[in-house]
Amino acid sequence: MIYFDNSATTKVHPDVLSTYDKVSESIWGNPSSLHKMGENAYNLLEQSRTQIANLLGCQKEEIFFTSGGTEGDNWAIKGTAIEKGIYGKHLITTMVEHPAVINSMKQLEKLGFEVTYLPVDKHGQISVADLKNALRKDTILVSVMAVNNEIGAIQPIKEIAEVLKDHPKVHFHVDAVQAVGKGLTDLIMDERVDLVTFSGHKFHAPRGVGFLYKKAGRKLAPLLSGGGQEQNLRSSTENLPAIAAMAKALRLLLENETNNVAHEQAIREKIYDHLQKFEKVTIFSELGDKFAPHILCFAIEGVRGETIVHAFEDQGVFISTTSACSSKKGQVSSTLHAMQIDDKIATSAVRVSLDENNTLAEATEFNRIFDDIYQKFLKINS
Amino acid sequence: MQYTEIMVRYGELSTKGKNRRNFIDRLGFNVRQAMHDFPKLVVKAHRDRMHIQLNGEDSTKVMARLKQVFGIQNFSPSIRVERDIEAVKEVITQMVAEKFHEGMTFKINTRRSDHHFKYDTNELNDMLGGHILKTVPGIKVKMKEPDMILRVEVRANGIYLSHETIDGAGGLPVGTAGKAMLMLSGGIDSPVAGYLAMKRGVDIEMVHFFSPPYTSEQALNKAKELTAKLTPYVGKIQFIAVPFTEIQETIKEKVPSGYLMTIQRRFMLRLSEMIAKKRNGLAIFNGEALGQVASQTLESMAAINDVTTMPVLRPVVSMDKNEIIKIAQDIDTFDLSIQPFEDCCTIFAPPAPKTKPKIDKARYYEERLDIDGLLARAMEGIQVTDIKIGDEFMNEKQADFAELL
Repeated sequence: MIYFDNSATTKVHPDVLSTYDKVSESIWGNPSSLHKMGENAYNLLEQSRTQIANLLGCQKEEIFFTSGGTEGDNWAIKGTAIEKGIYGKHLITTMVEHPAVINSMKQLEKLGFEVTYLPVDKHGQISVADLKNALRKDTILVSVMAVNNEIGAIQPIKEIAEVLKDHPKVHFHVDAVQAVGKGLTDLIMDERVDLVTFSGHKFHAPRGVGFLYKKAGRKLAPLLSGGGQEQNLRSSTENLPAIAAMAKALRLLLENETNNVAHEQAIREKIYDHLQKFEKVTIFSELGDKFAPHILCFAIEGVRGETIVHAFEDQGVFISTTSACSSKKGQVSSTLHAMQIDDKIATSAVRVSLDENNTLAEATEFNRIFDDIYQKFLKINS
Repeated sequence: MQYTEIMVRYGELSTKGKNRRNFIDRLGFNVRQAMHDFPKLVVKAHRDRMHIQLNGEDSTKVMARLKQVFGIQNFSPSIRVERDIEAVKEVITQMVAEKFHEGMTFKINTRRSDHHFKYDTNELNDMLGGHILKTVPGIKVKMKEPDMILRVEVRANGIYLSHETIDGAGGLPVGTAGKAMLMLSGGIDSPVAGYLAMKRGVDIEMVHFFSPPYTSEQALNKAKELTAKLTPYVGKIQFIAVPFTEIQETIKEKVPSGYLMTIQRRFMLRLSEMIAKKRNGLAIFNGEALGQVASQTLESMAAINDVTTMPVLRPVVSMDKNEIIKIAQDIDTFDLSIQPFEDCCTIFAPPAPKTKPKIDKARYYEERLDIDGLLARAMEGIQVTDIKIGDEFMNEKQADFAELL
């Protein structure tokens, strides 16, 4: 079996799972309880927070645990809208964001907010000039993903941050769900960035846990009101086993980041080099530093993405149509659509997404299987 | 830029006449204490300036610590180069180029403490200024308020280059104004009072009253952690925990509820005085602010203060709560202070304390108590802890979780 669908979710690391189990079994007190069991749980919670903050080079008070990427995006956007709605009703994002961002924006539009969706070029990147033009006096938020989940394009976060230095009141949110452990920490933790969404299950932690970085001093309204956890900004009894597991997963991932990135790049390059030889193949993810090391999106002209996915599955290789969230709805990739790729090709797109446990041998095997599949479809289509 | 040295300019010290030497020595000592975990650092406190040789230690971290040491007006990170004009040229170009932005202006400010160097001040200004104009295109010279002032200091052992002057914490070196006790609860006000005392040079020791089982281990740890937050200004602080359970239980049993608080406070003050005398303290500081709570009316202060002739100093007495909170946030004690653990001031708080207690009544009710015995037993149970920069008490069990995380 070859698992090449790590942008959909990753396998929980065995050591991470063991933390989850041990905490569930032995540190199950409520961190808010006053007694020793509560105190113990509280200490573990805060140490998990400190560990994550240290790994990312921020303060522990800037880390807020959430249920994952969707919540983080919703919170950053709607929380900003609630907090700063009296100062302005204009938000800026891109046409290629994850649905958690796009649909939060759509919801806000119904409530009277105005949203600018920035277009992207053929590399999937927005233009900083467009952003500059879109900024208005009443803009309260700019939300841009670090790494696109469908094709792996890296957005020009540094340049956006530079522009926003002249607009200090605008919240700058970065969805970094696909960017963790990919050698991009400096980019996503830029000093002008105010809010960053992280999701645990994309880096070998369990589902249902994530965190939001919120720069100290930036105000964000809570979406979950209640018992006052997480500095009264995100109530709900803390999911301690998952939080501790996530802290461990992040440590394990970042310990070897440089090697991992080089390794994933090498695998991706091997597949890329192979695929580009085929006439009917279009590759959307380019090599080089404008794209993340782990995502490779391509299309075989004339074959639907879904068909390609199943053909690979028959050979024990798991890939996906462009994003797990849209794949079941049979929609065309929103990123490719925004890149103005012809629908005929866009419907044929599939995504290979790697993690540090994949191997070059798997790439060789993938390439071999690809040859078979390609030949088969060539026959059928001709 | 890899800085090699930090040059420190003294604050009010310069006006202190004969005591100057003491002040400088003390400041040197405090800086060394504050940097105890940077072993390679060498601190040299000279008459007019202090030089801190980094010897490879991280200048950013050292400067962050230095910013908190009282008695420093400002400081400049600098780079030492050999007394070779070509070497100087190379480094200043690099320094300027690193910070260069469109339209930037600069000037050179040379100072020679060693007059044997072959160029004089004006020659150096000309040569170096000319070199920068040549090597950094687009930069301009400006004498009044330039964007960057490059300081070049020629000393016997090398030439020192710097361009940044960072404000220090001001105030007086802690310890130069003598020693005093701070009555530290777990609240917002007392750490602020302690900070302000230290700012004027007072060496404070913390006196904290705890009443197990009415107060928890966490409350005690919280007070220790608050102390740790104040250590960067001095290096280390003694934390004196005084058991208060028996006194509180006795008072609760024998004194009418309206006077519970007044008499408890009188005991605390007596104990603080005893500790101060034992440890050569000259005064007692606390975080009382007028009108905040029942114990903080003038009548109440008078009734409590009645037990001692030692100066009781209240740095925040006339501040508004918001002003106190602002300082607490600046010194990073606020978030800790508002954590909800019962401390010994809150657990026996009577429902309706007298806001205008009378001194003679307080004295009268105390006649029923074995004051000396209670005090002596509390003094016997005192525990002293040495608290240093970076100590943590709220997260003590770090090791336990190493395997999980």
